[in-house]
Amino acid sequence: MAELVSHPDEVRVVSRRFGQGATNLDRYLELDGYKAVQKALTMQPDAIVNEVKNSGLRGRGGAGFNTGMKWSFVPKQSAKPKYVLCNGDESEPGTCKDRLIFEHDPHAVIEGTVIAGLAVGSHTGYIYIRGEYRYLLEIMQKAIADAYARGFLGKNIFGSGYDFDVYWHGGAGAYEVGEESALMESLEGKRGIPRIRPPFPAVVGLWGGPTVINNAETLASIPHILLGGADWYANLGPPKNGGTRLFCLSGHLKRPGVYELPMGYNLKKMIYDVGGGIPGGRKLKAVVPGGSSTPLMTPDEIDVPMDFDSMMKAGSMLGSGGVVVLDDTTCMVKFALRIMKFYQHESCGWCIPCREGTDWLKKTLIRFHSGGGLKKDIDNILYLSQNMLGRTFCPLGDAAAMPTISIVKKFRQEFEDHLEGQPCAFEKESKIEQLPVLA
Amino acid sequence: MADINITVDGRKVTAAQGTLLIEACKSVGIEVPSFCYYPNLSLQGACRMCLVKVEKMPKLQTACTTVISEGMTVTTDSDEIRQARKSMVEMLLGNHPLDCPVCDAGGECELQDMTFSYGAAESKYMEPKNHKDEQQWSPVVYFDRPRCILCYRCVRVCGEAMDVWALGVQNRGVSSIIAPNQEDHLECEECGMCIDICPVGALTSGAYRYKTRPWEMKHVGTICTHCGDGCKTTLGVRRSDTGMEIVRGDNRDKSGINGDFLCIKGRYAFDFAHHDDRITQPLIRKDGRLTPSTWEEASALIGKRFADIRDHQGGQSIGVVGSNRTTNEESYLLQKFARIVLQTNNIDHHRTADFPAFAAGVTGKPESTASMRDVFNAPAMLLIGNNPSEQHPLLAWQIRNNVRLHRARLYVINSQEIKLRRQAANFVPIPEGTEGDVASFLAGDDSAIDTAGNETSDALKPLRDKLRSEQNLVIIFGSEIRGDDISSLVKFGSNIPGSKFICLGDYANSHGAADMGLYPNLLPGYHSISDIGIFHQERGGEIPQTPGLTLPEMVESAKADKLKAFYVVGANPVGRLGLDPFSFSQGFVVVQDMFLTQTAEIADVVLPAANAYEKAGTFTNTCGDLQLLKKAGEVNGTKPDFEMIVRIADAMGFDVRKLVPFGRGTRADMGQSRGAQAGEADRHAVWLEAHGLEPKMSPFDPMAILDEIQRLVPGYDVSRMDLQAGD
Repeated sequence: MAELVSHPDEVRVVSRRFGQGATNLDRYLELDGYKAVQKALTMQPDAIVNEVKNSGLRGRGGAGFNTGMKWSFVPKQSAKPKYVLCNGDESEPGTCKDRLIFEHDPHAVIEGTVIAGLAVGSHTGYIYIRGEYRYLLEIMQKAIADAYARGFLGKNIFGSGYDFDVYWHGGAGAYEVGEESALMESLEGKRGIPRIRPPFPAVVGLWGGPTVINNAETLASIPHILLGGADWYANLGPPKNGGTRLFCLSGHLKRPGVYELPMGYNLKKMIYDVGGGIPGGRKLKAVVPGGSSTPLMTPDEIDVPMDFDSMMKAGSMLGSGGVVVLDDTTCMVKFALRIMKFYQHESCGWCIPCREGTDWLKKTLIRFHSGGGLKKDIDNILYLSQNMLGRTFCPLGDAAAMPTISIVKKFRQEFEDHLEGQPCAFEKESKIEQLPVLA
Repeated sequence: MADINITVDGRKVTAAQGTLLIEACKSVGIEVPSFCYYPNLSLQGACRMCLVKVEKMPKLQTACTTVISEGMTVTTDSDEIRQARKSMVEMLLGNHPLDCPVCDAGGECELQDMTFSYGAAESKYMEPKNHKDEQQWSPVVYFDRPRCILCYRCVRVCGEAMDVWALGVQNRGVSSIIAPNQEDHLECEECGMCIDICPVGALTSGAYRYKTRPWEMKHVGTICTHCGDGCKTTLGVRRSDTGMEIVRGDNRDKSGINGDFLCIKGRYAFDFAHHDDRITQPLIRKDGRLTPSTWEEASALIGKRFADIRDHQGGQSIGVVGSNRTTNEESYLLQKFARIVLQTNNIDHHRTADFPAFAAGVTGKPESTASMRDVFNAPAMLLIGNNPSEQHPLLAWQIRNNVRLHRARLYVINSQEIKLRRQAANFVPIPEGTEGDVASFLAGDDSAIDTAGNETSDALKPLRDKLRSEQNLVIIFGSEIRGDDISSLVKFGSNIPGSKFICLGDYANSHGAADMGLYPNLLPGYHSISDIGIFHQERGGEIPQTPGLTLPEMVESAKADKLKAFYVVGANPVGRLGLDPFSFSQGFVVVQDMFLTQTAEIADVVLPAANAYEKAGTFTNTCGDLQLLKKAGEVNGTKPDFEMIVRIADAMGFDVRKLVPFGRGTRADMGQSRGAQAGEADRHAVWLEAHGLEPKMSPFDPMAILDEIQRLVPGYDVSRMDLQAGD
């Protein structure tokens, strides 16, 4: 179980019920639980969609697409059943927010799923939880069973005449399945490989039916929007970036943890104030602003508001809210290697650039970090990453390429320092494991 | 569907709505490279080779997954695009073993070609390549993972197109690997489609691997000799000390009626040509034993005995059996030889489908026979009897893929649970042997299926109603339906607008053998013996006026010691039809065959025959399509049946010019057969004919008799140019 942290600047919306025993259905009800869905049952579907659209809620998985807009793409009439999917396959390094939601407030996810179902006219929802979150699956199973027992799920929910079923599903250990179409493949029992789009899930999704797929945090925000109103939520953040967000602060920080801050909160302040700054009097070297797939930022770039548009303007991405702070003891070559090891391991192997690119980058970086690097390797790493960028089947290739490109560009000197058999300056004791094959 | 206008590289391109960008580009000759895209298989977007620039799109787009839309502006060649493709090839080559000098695919490899077009010479990586040992999945399928580029074509062709589903993908990332779904081996039809479709040398053929280099073979595109579908197979031929050796069969240029398809038979079943048991010398029975002899002695003996028997006992004491595997020219020549030279109508063959009844049924109904292409495009198909998955693999392929790609409706009526029922919208099982009754029932005779039981009739009634509401239905039936039942079926079909038929014969040239008149009562083109006028004029020889004996009647006649000579060309009635070998013990038996068959064993003279891969001529497939056989080469000591028939006629003192209208006044050298056999004379024919010249210089040139066939047999009047082109 994760320890909870707090800070005065926090605006608790999604995390409102954290640490208050809301996994217990009675307690959840005391804390305004399942009120939003009862309100939604009295509303027209279009009204729900509009409310969400106006709230400025943008997808919390990382892409940041307007949620209400996404819902509005689902056709009203469909020969095939429509589905609502909760994407809880949280696997991005540096990101650990959905985990807290499932642990502390599982009913909020269920409630959000049902409301999404009402909005698009679906009768079935799936909550897909990362396989490694085994203990959270058990919490979710109990929550779903409790909700069924009270008639909040199943036939005739809340006596409204509307039927809605929710199923849980555990992943099998693939980062790639966090990609929405790969998740649907996985849910259908196939290999977790993304689909060709278009058609988009809103039109042809799970089992060919129109499908809404949202991140767990997105869905957990929905009940609060319905109760608090679109304007209230929108005004919590800057224009077009409604609400709050769970930021996962990790790395070289005095007070790491998950904090719920308004959208647009300053990154520098987040690191030095909320996170308490760098321990041990060390200096900041780099920041991963939104999970391992986002381009890294240097200390002079971090005075920016953390919202989707500002971060894009600053040359990086808000991503999934995983802020990883690196101090000056970090070897950036090693960091690049660590990231690449992850992506190489997680590449599904479907398309050439991602499958081969991540593997060659990993191999090259291993040799490079251990002192076997050649000058041309630096350009080669950049060349490979740039040739992956934007050319892979799904964004995983981009996710591997973007941080690598930013590291090579912004920390080229550290690569140069590893050349000619020099051991890593940050691991003075380390031995050269592998010498260059060719001179 | 409405046409869509797009601009590709500054050129206006118009294509139907729904067309993929890669196809639209191809239609105007703009090549967009790809590994994973394959027409008629599901889209992958995996190889990223077909990246193109679509205006208003920030990233490069895959042309294989982009559907064209009005006004789209596309660039297929720019520095950015070339760089993208180059980097894909570089990344692929990173882990590719580059063992091209010993790779079977070397010289026929799409990765080589792509590297040549887009790749770079520089090697960027220095780490060891990922390796995995080669695996053998089946007697004919080997898999070399390091060479594999993971285009997934094999997985798709096996599953989607063949409906076999023997292959899948295992592991992920760089460890991804194509693997059989049954652990370490394939459970499949061994069709070899996965090998054929592999763009590189990852899947190789156990029958061919490491035998030769592709550029050291002669590639001869001819027609497969194993079933009635008439697939094109390209034989890889090398010279050898026995004359020639066929090293492989494949679907090299996909230009036949079979398109992408070739089954196990067309791909691997050529080895009979080099079998040790093959006869390569004429054999004459001396002192009760078949003894090697010479062509001169054999021809002289046969000529003398045949002439003797004809002259003293009459032509009716000679019986002739033709073949389902000889060319049309040979079958035509054989019946002409029998009727004019031997003066007998005692000619028959191993009959399969009832083609005469079918021909009678569809006479006067133009456009009523369907081709393989029609099967692929029909909105609905009815299959009664037969098991195409085994007996007619191409037909099964066309049916399956029509259902898969066009959502056509397939109706199957069969006594067995045949595999195609998986594609069927309706499958009605019927008791064995009631196929003909079903035909009568369909034609409206409700009582016909009374014996089949209530269950069957309950299932057939709604099916008949459904079929009656169809249009352009292709009705396919096997040899179970014969005689009047065929007329019933045709009657049923003629009430369905646009319906067409296919009558399924079992062997490579069953249809041709029937068309060429290997019947005691029918002349070529199913003309009755009594309807002889045109044939007299054409042949300049007398044809006996009475119908001859069927094969069983010949046997009876031989037993009664009335039939004195038996001439068997390319058939084995003793082995196949259970004919009593002692019936002919008193007669003079001549057999032309590749092997010492049970029939050849009772012969007095056995002549070593060339098979269909060793001669030129034409075959007619079960749909009635006329196609050209190309000669792969010769096996020393054998001769085509055509030449043997002419030589026997010559030895009987017959003027062979009356038999084979060659030369037309020019004197030809009987020895010059090689060029003509290889179809060389015919290549000139197109030009010569266009100039009103006469190319047929040899009586052994089967093309010399094709003109006569084309004049006399309905449906054979195909232009020589089309025949050459294979259209």
